[in-house]
This record gives sequence, structure tokens and C-alpha cells, in this order.
Amino acid sequence: MFALLETVHALGLLSCFALLGTSRIGACIRWLSFQGILFGLVPLIVHQGGLGWRAALLAGGNIALKGIGFPLLLLRLRARAETNREVEPFVSFVMSILFGIFALGLSVWLTSELKPALHQAPFVMLDSSIFLILVGLFLIISRRNALMQVIGYLVLENGIFVFGVITVVGTPLLVELGVLLDAFVGVFVMGIAIYHINREFGSIEVDRLSALKG
Amino acid sequence: MPDFASVISPVCALVLAPLLLALINRTKAFVAGRRGPPLLQPYFDIAKYLQRGAVYGDATSWVFRLGPVVNLAVLFAALLIVPWGAIRSPLSFSGDLIVVAGLLALGRFAIVLAALDTGSSFEGMGASREVHFAALAEPALLLALAVLARVTGALSLTPIYQGITASAWVAALPTLALAAMTLLVLALVENSRIPVDDPTTHLELTMIHEVMVLDHSGPDLGYIHYAAALKLWILGGLLVGLVMPLRSGALWLDGSAMLLGMAILAVVIGMIESAMARYRLVHVPQFIVGAATLSVVGFILILV
Repeated sequence: MFALLETVHALGLLSCFALLGTSRIGACIRWLSFQGILFGLVPLIVHQGGLGWRAALLAGGNIALKGIGFPLLLLRLRARAETNREVEPFVSFVMSILFGIFALGLSVWLTSELKPALHQAPFVMLDSSIFLILVGLFLIISRRNALMQVIGYLVLENGIFVFGVITVVGTPLLVELGVLLDAFVGVFVMGIAIYHINREFGSIEVDRLSALKG
Repeated sequence: MPDFASVISPVCALVLAPLLLALINRTKAFVAGRRGPPLLQPYFDIAKYLQRGAVYGDATSWVFRLGPVVNLAVLFAALLIVPWGAIRSPLSFSGDLIVVAGLLALGRFAIVLAALDTGSSFEGMGASREVHFAALAEPALLLALAVLARVTGALSLTPIYQGITASAWVAALPTLALAAMTLLVLALVENSRIPVDDPTTHLELTMIHEVMVLDHSGPDLGYIHYAAALKLWILGGLLVGLVMPLRSGALWLDGSAMLLGMAILAVVIGMIESAMARYRLVHVPQFIVGAATLSVVGFILILV
């Protein structure tokens, strides 16, 4: 079980670095899909044996939404908004990757600080969840293309999901599925908003959004 | 006292290193549907260069003549330290992995100085690119070796490579896989193979390593080509020794496994060269930093 979690951890970290270093939006969406499927498996691994159908439902819902649903939605949106298919970062890719290394160090340190309070949570997953949250926030503020902000939001959501799965033992299923529904509605609304912004202004670059002010 | 077993790895390297280049070229030719040059072609080339006289420009000084000799000499020295998978090296002492990285850097320094000594702007450009990428590749090499040192708990290359057994792979699978990926990228970067540099091109705008040696001729060029083969052998040996965790103790078995591994590596490099296009120069630093990141992630994985 430990080796399985460690592998998920390593692949998850790599997918984050790939997101930080990729310049094509399509590739980023595929990495996001990979990440969604990967971290969707976490409830199955962590709750091994304990709660069968509940963990299965949670994992299935997550994989279906974050691994398949959202990426398809984003790919469609990218095809519709016929704008630049590059990520257009404010911060260069090399600097983004260096930030990733810094964030990884920070999350390891934070995890070792948090560990005494959350002793039942596996260390590697706690580490990944903090790292995902940091990378998600960084992607939101450092990329010019509005689609990348949705991607950053979903990475952030992945982090919060993993954190919830491993730390909170007795969350009712309804709450966990409700969070999933929230994310779904969030992405849906963002998708519609991006579509309309693109149709109105012919661009989804966020630094041009100041033109929205009257 | 160096005995028979420890002499094998340098001797194999000295004899077989150019064969690696030939195998890469044969693979590329095969993928392209051609027949390719004979397997002994690199030997013929080097022999041809050694028979010729050298031409030195008026603008060059002793620095230019020293470059290829120093480069070849440091690679000989590195060969004495680097083990070949399970086969130990003649020399082994604590911290020798840093010496190997330093020797490789010294060889590059000599070549770069020789390139700058010609006063040619093309060679200066190549030298600048080479040093730029080396500044990123050297930390990556040290990080990858640091990961291996951490996994095996040894500080010398021979014990490190003795320690990389199948059970070490089982215990630290993600970490070792990440270090191996870094070493593969480094083998491509340091030997100016395709995603980074094209060893066959002579177009000044795109090349890195080849542009630095444009002014060398005769035996000097032969030394440079031979040194390039040795460098590929050394870095390839580090990679193959890592991914081929056979430590039987029987010399012929370990040796033939390594030989097979090196041949597979040459074919893999040939396939990569056939399948990929060269990166734009601005994307190369990203590629190397990404490779270094893999090792950092591996290191952090082993720490937690």
C-alpha cells in the first residue's frame, strides 16, 4: 500500500511540474486529466478495505468528473475560442519550474510541521495535497490565458480533495459529493464566462480584461 | 593495487567507445531506411585524423593546442574512477563522484578556452552556448549522483554502483527511476545529441559543440572525436549501470550484461534521434532544468 501511495505521489509531483513547464494548453489539459484520474484513485488506496462502496463512489465520481468530464469541456472550449493556444505565462517556464521546486520544499516542511496534528494521514499524500494547492494558486496568478486559470483552479481543487480524503475520517458522503458538485458548477460557470468573454472581446487573455471597466 | 577485474572497465571503454557512436549512426540509418556506415567507421575516422598534419591559425596560441589534449587527458582520468555497473573501477575514494563531475567540467573548460582562443565569433557563440547549458547540466548531474549516494548510503562511485541492486530498486523505485531519467537526459545533453544539439550538422546558427571545434584539424580533431566517444561511454555507463541492476559477482556475467546494456542504450539514443526534432535553443534550458527537477523530486521522495 505504501509503495502504491508513493508512486501516486511521484507521478502527481511530475504532473504538476509538467503543468508548470508546458507551453501548450492542450497538453496542459491532458496533464490535468491524468492528474484527476491519478488523485481520484487516492480514496480507494487510502480507505483500503474499510468502506467499500463509499470510497468507490467517491473515486468514480472524481475520475469521471476531473479525469474525463472537465478535460473534455476544456478541450471543447479551447477549440471554440479560436485564440492563441499557448499558455502565455507572466513568469517564464524555467522560473515556474524553480518555483515548483521551492513549493515542493515548502510543502515538505509544512507537512513535517503538520504531521503531529494529523498523525493518521499518510505523509506523502499530505505533502502532495499542499504541493497541489500551492501549484494551483501559482498557475492561477502566473498565466495570462483564462483557460489556464480554470486549470489552476482544478489543480487547487485536487489538492483540497486529497487533503480532505486523507485527513477527515468521518465526512458524510453527501458533503464530499457536494464539494464535487460545487467544483462542477464552478468549472461550468467559468467555461460559460470564458466563452462569452471570448465572443465579446475576441481574446481570453486576462490582462486585457481591464478593458471591461467602463 | 589494481588487479585484473578493475582494469576491465577502462580497457573496454578505450577499445569499444567509438563503437557506441557507430551503433547510434547505424540505428539512425536503419530507421531512415538506409544501410549506414560500417560499424568500424569511427575507428577509421579517428585513424585518418591521427595520420594527418594539423593546421594552426596565426591568431591562435598554446591555449588552442592544449585544449584537445587536456580534454582527452581528463576523460582518461575520469575513466579510472567511474565504475562500469557492477565492475569496479581501478580508483575509488570517498567523494570521487564530485571529482568525476569536476573532471568533466575541466575538459569542457579546456575546449571552451581553445574555442575562445581562435577569436572567431562563431566559436565564441558556440562556447557561450556550451557554457550556458553546462551551467544547468552540471547541477543536474550532481543531483542525480546525490540521489544515488543517498539511496545507497555510499559516497564513492564504486560502492554506490555496487549498492544499486534489484532490492534497492524495489525499495526506492520512483526515486531511482527519476534519477535514471535525469541521467538519460544528461547523456543526450552532454554529448550534444539530438533534442539539444545535432552532432552531424555544420550550420553555425544551430550547433553548440561542433561549432567550437571548427578550427581544430588533424590529430587534435581526432582527439576531440575520441574524447566525445569516451564521454558518451562514461555517461552511458552511469545510466546503464543504474538501470541494469545485475550484481551477480561473476565477472563475465556482469560484463556481458553491461555490454548488452550499452548496445541497447546506443539503439535507444538512435531511436530518440530519429523520432525527435531538435529543440529551439530557447527551449533547451527548460529541458535541462526539467531534468534536474526530476532528480530534485527523487531526492525529496527519498527524504520523506
